[in-house]
Amino acid sequence: MKILIPIKRVVDYNVKVRPMSDESGVDLNNVKMAINPFCEIAVEEAVRLKEAGAAEEIISVTIGTSASQEQLRTSLALGADRAILVESDTELEPLGIAKLLKAVVEKESPDLIIMGKQAIDGDNNQTGQKLAALLGYPQATFASDLSIADGKAVVTREVDGGLQTVSVNLPAIVTTDLRLNEPRYASLPNIMKAKSKPLDVMPASDFGLDIAPRISTLKVSLPPEREAGVIVESVDELIDKLKNEAKVIS
Amino acid sequence: MTALVISEHNNDELKPVTLNTVTAAKQLDEDVHVLVAGKDCASVAEASSKIEGVTKVLLIDSEEYEHFLAENIATLVAKIAAEYNFILAPTTTSGKNFMPRVAALLDVSQISDICAVESPDTFQRPIYAGNCIATVKTTDEKKVITVRTTAFDATSAETGSADIVTMEEVHDSGISEFIKEEIAQSDRPELTAADVIISGGRGMQNGENFSLLEGIADKLGAAIGASRAAVDSGFVPNDYQVGQTGKIVAPNLYIAVGISGAIQHLAGMKDSKVIVAINKDEDAPIFQVADYGLVGDLFDVVPELEGKI
Ligand SMILES: Cc1cc2nc3c(=O)[nH]c(=O)nc-3n(C[C@H](O)[C@H](O)[C@H](O)COP(=O)(O)OP(=O)(O)OC[C@H]3O[C@@H](n4cnc5c(N)ncnc54)[C@H](O)[C@@H]3O)c2cc1C
Ligand SMILES: Cc1cc2nc3c(=O)[nH]c(=O)nc-3n(C[C@H](O)[C@H](O)[C@H](O)COP(=O)(O)OP(=O)(O)OC[C@H]3O[C@@H](n4cnc5c(N)ncnc54)[C@H](O)[C@@H]3O)c2cc1C
Repeated sequence: MKILIPIKRVVDYNVKVRPMSDESGVDLNNVKMAINPFCEIAVEEAVRLKEAGAAEEIISVTIGTSASQEQLRTSLALGADRAILVESDTELEPLGIAKLLKAVVEKESPDLIIMGKQAIDGDNNQTGQKLAALLGYPQATFASDLSIADGKAVVTREVDGGLQTVSVNLPAIVTTDLRLNEPRYASLPNIMKAKSKPLDVMPASDFGLDIAPRISTLKVSLPPEREAGVIVESVDELIDKLKNEAKVIS
Repeated sequence: MTALVISEHNNDELKPVTLNTVTAAKQLDEDVHVLVAGKDCASVAEASSKIEGVTKVLLIDSEEYEHFLAENIATLVAKIAAEYNFILAPTTTSGKNFMPRVAALLDVSQISDICAVESPDTFQRPIYAGNCIATVKTTDEKKVITVRTTAFDATSAETGSADIVTMEEVHDSGISEFIKEEIAQSDRPELTAADVIISGGRGMQNGENFSLLEGIADKLGAAIGASRAAVDSGFVPNDYQVGQTGKIVAPNLYIAVGISGAIQHLAGMKDSKVIVAINKDEDAPIFQVADYGLVGDLFDVVPELEGKI
């Protein structure tokens, strides 16, 4: 089995970003970048399938600027066999990304595509579902458990009310949720080895697809601030405030 | 020009998030229709027809839609969408699952999780765990939108009198199959609809200690939530998680117990009307968003609170 893992370079989850002073966008100067945490979980899942003998090859792919090679190298250090960078200097939308990923899927013919449920910057939660639609593949989103047997993937999904289990025919798209696994750290020898693994670069423009953005950002601003609160000294004071000041309990 | 709201339900009851989604739809278009797709779901169509301002309810009752598998629902919605300019669903795990698929089938860019409508093509949405609000404008003619339901009031579901139109549309992709579901049964309100929520974090130490929160929840009619750390540690099930990547909530009162206040958690609850934090660390970031903070050991404070409330 061949597994494709689309990954994304994002701002590290510890960074609290702010809008630029002219509100034209998010201020990303000098912020720490990392693999999107959900994509890290996707890489880990693919590596575990390979370790268990269920997969032979893992290919990671990202669409982004040349700086994203760093995250592809990380995926190689974590266990991917080779990587593809579809290079684009312009910001793309999930639809455009899904179209480019579709072209990569058609070229590589993976049996399984594992990706993050959401990128923690755009918080769109769309790309996997859109890719599945464009390919006509089934999708199993928000996975907390994945097993492969008889040409199918059986996936437990985290849904609002609890858990749902579905079976999807391969090839399929699975998007990861937090509890699917706990990603490992790359070891130093593996980081060194990753430097010599293949990483192909191809310009997005070579694909000849309509990936022009449909959405423009007019403004990026701060959310409304909460007014500073108070520290109460006792449970009695808390109850008094909730009853008589905030009036949220009776 | 008409807006179509995809209702959320369990084949039996209409979920309240649908009512918030209708409110967003009404800001886009005067004419709002509701789609009820499911199996044996006539009662949901009945309830939907009473939503104020809804002019038509489309009922599609067929077994392919019983479990809302994205492959089947998306094909159905994309087909019906020919007649509509706006297609909206709540940003629930169900909406998040099938709506991007609808958008891709229609070749449009979905606008995810809108928190305000500025005009029929311009919306606000939170990005970066809600640390920024982006105002975005789309050029797509058909707008596929998921709605942050906590940002819109619920439309009344009592006074409407829409016609129910039954349609036959069968779309079974045959590529995915429902196996089973473990849906938590609880007498408490749902997190996303609760008026009061009490949430526990890693500070709770284990699952048994969540019973300390239950006493208060019983008295206040509250739902119980949790931080990711509490879910990852196995104290409570995944559907308790509040946050950027869990549930977004905005109750009148949110009580955070033994939760530090990481940005990912704040993203899910900082629009609550009143926030109470109970934490033994006076420097915990949760106090920065709390209206009322109580510094103390939760194992002393929570039982006292339960006794006195
Ligand atoms: C302020 C602002 C607002 C925006 N609003 C919208 C909007 O409302 N609608 C819209 O369609 N776009 C919007 N965009 C564009 C959006 O942020 C980008 O498209 C974003 O880079 C991709 O969406 P996401 O990362 O949130 O995708 P998600 O769908 O959340 O990502 C899920 C998974 O898809 C995969 N993936 C995502 N991107 C890549 C990639 N580049 N290469 C490989 N795999 C990838 C990863 O596995 C990832 O875990 C906005 C951009 C900005 C700056
Ligand atoms: C991709 C990604 C997505 C995430 N999504 C979410 C999400 O959706 N929701 C979410 O919640 N988190 C999310 N997180 C995790 C988040 O970053 C934090 O790790 C998490 O919220 C911490 O949970 P906590 O506050 O319970 O635990 P901690 O940060 O460990 O805090 C425990 C708190 O309990 C207090 N405490 C301990 N004992 C007591 C006592 N006896 N009495 C009183 N107080 C006590 C401590 O002082 C401390 O402040 C995400 C992280 C990532 C990387």
